[in-house]
Amino acid sequence: MIKIKKICKDWKEFSLKEINLEIKKGEYFVILGPTGAGKTLLLEMIAGFHLPDEGEIWINGKDMTNYPPEDRNIGFVYQDYSLFPHLSVIRNIRFGLELKGTPKDDMERKSNEIMKLLGISHLSHRYPDTLSGGEQQKVAIARAVVTRPSVLLLDEPLSALDRRTQNLLREELKRIHQIEGLTTLHVTHDQTEAMILADRIAVMMDGEIVQVGTPHDIFNKPLNEDIAAFVGVENILEGEIKRNRDGIAIIDLGDIELNAVSDYGEGEVKVFVRPEDILISKKMQESSARNNMRGRIVKMTYFGALVHLQLDNGLIAFVTKLSAEDLGLEIGEEVYASFKATSVHVVKKE
Amino acid sequence: MRIKQEKMLIFFYILSFFILSFIIIVLAEPIFSQILFGLDDFFSVCRDPEVWSSIGLTIGASFLATGVSSLFGIPLAYILARKEFFGKRMVESVVDLPIMIPHMVAGIALFSVFNRHGLIGAPLSPIINFFDAIPGIVVAMQFVSAPFFINPVREGFQSVDPHLENVARSLGASEWKAFYKVTIPISYRYILSGIGMSWGRGISEFAAVILLAYYPMVVSTLIYERFLIYGLAGSRPVAVLLMLICLGIFISFRSIRR
Repeated sequence: MIKIKKICKDWKEFSLKEINLEIKKGEYFVILGPTGAGKTLLLEMIAGFHLPDEGEIWINGKDMTNYPPEDRNIGFVYQDYSLFPHLSVIRNIRFGLELKGTPKDDMERKSNEIMKLLGISHLSHRYPDTLSGGEQQKVAIARAVVTRPSVLLLDEPLSALDRRTQNLLREELKRIHQIEGLTTLHVTHDQTEAMILADRIAVMMDGEIVQVGTPHDIFNKPLNEDIAAFVGVENILEGEIKRNRDGIAIIDLGDIELNAVSDYGEGEVKVFVRPEDILISKKMQESSARNNMRGRIVKMTYFGALVHLQLDNGLIAFVTKLSAEDLGLEIGEEVYASFKATSVHVVKKE
Repeated sequence: MRIKQEKMLIFFYILSFFILSFIIIVLAEPIFSQILFGLDDFFSVCRDPEVWSSIGLTIGASFLATGVSSLFGIPLAYILARKEFFGKRMVESVVDLPIMIPHMVAGIALFSVFNRHGLIGAPLSPIINFFDAIPGIVVAMQFVSAPFFINPVREGFQSVDPHLENVARSLGASEWKAFYKVTIPISYRYILSGIGMSWGRGISEFAAVILLAYYPMVVSTLIYERFLIYGLAGSRPVAVLLMLICLGIFISFRSIRR
């Protein structure tokens, strides 16, 4: 278990402001934030590479704030793999075991097991510069995991890899976490990575933790507009709650009214709708969706299998390429955008 | 565009040829002249114990100077490679100074500091004498050769990603262990290069050495003295012998570095 209490740190262009976090034993915890938010600095402080200006870091019930890295029993994986170039794969993996004075048989068994688990046994005598990015990162993960650290710290571990390798290695991280059950703290700017891997996510922006929650909470119920924009809520609207009846708020957006599941009473609010929650049709549909907005398509952008539609009423929606073809969607066409009252997340305007 | 590039390259090849020829001719001419016209003199020099003791002294003193540079220069090179601090530029300039100042000037300065009444020479005089003694040769060599050690080693440490040291620490290595198990092995080529450069520079030093320690004679002093007394015929065989020894050591050094 890791407890971070009121950590503050000014370092180069970064500044961390009163960070408080609690990561449970065996949890896969992701810190999600844009580049420059100070995520790596926080991770390196937990590792002990930097000392905080203020605050405390507790690992497994012990105040480790002033302990050097070698006494913290951590595993660290960098984005750039950071394998020791002068050592073969097997010697990279045994590096930590050797330092801890592990008996030879034990060392052999453990390193063989972890290499087998990650499918890198055939690489054991190769040198890092002869390996692909994905292979190097697997070795780096093996090297960190084999020492059974009390916490595994991953700094953007997939960001330097190509898409395909990213997907494979992401699954691998999930699998290893399930098998080894290590408390894992993973830092990334990639939402997909966070959504798929995390038990819980902390969103970090400008040196502050702005929201902590399950992936579902973070992606569907962001606390403010900045978080919403960062986690891919493309529809951020302003309105006013006119009335609230049995937990359904009626929100006036100026020329149209929306229904949303919310406890808020009357007042000015911000309204978030994820583009993938919007259904596009050519005719007004009879369905359980309580919100129907008419609009004209002004822009269509293709992203692989998805088409990104922009409507003249300000809404952004996704449809699959196939649906777009089936519906014969074109620029200038009039369509209906429908979404459920539960897909609308409402926050008070600051 | 391609033709233009090639034209430039051809031009560069021609210029490169000139500078290489210059170095090779200056080094090869005395060796070949000696072999063709003065082989007997060369062999008699090879049997001269004064020459060998002087060569041994020069090589040994230069290694000692390099050793001193390593002891103090590795920490300095590491700090310069890793840390940013106020006045770092200044420190770097200080390191480079011995390259810039004329060696006769360095000799005067060394003499002034290390003679029996000098700033350092006086307090150390009961235990160590620098004037006309081996310690004087070593400090003179050390002074002029230090930047040739420190600069490549600093470059070597800069080439080691600090992430590697961090990972080593996370795996249980203390600062010292991370340094000698990761930083040193990765940058050893640069360190060897620094040792080679500094050692070679020490051997070649003359001006700074003679002012502080004319005796015991380093080989440059010996060649100089023989030139003054016997001219080219008396000095060239010693010069050629030294050149061959240095080339031998230099070539074996380069092959280790590979």
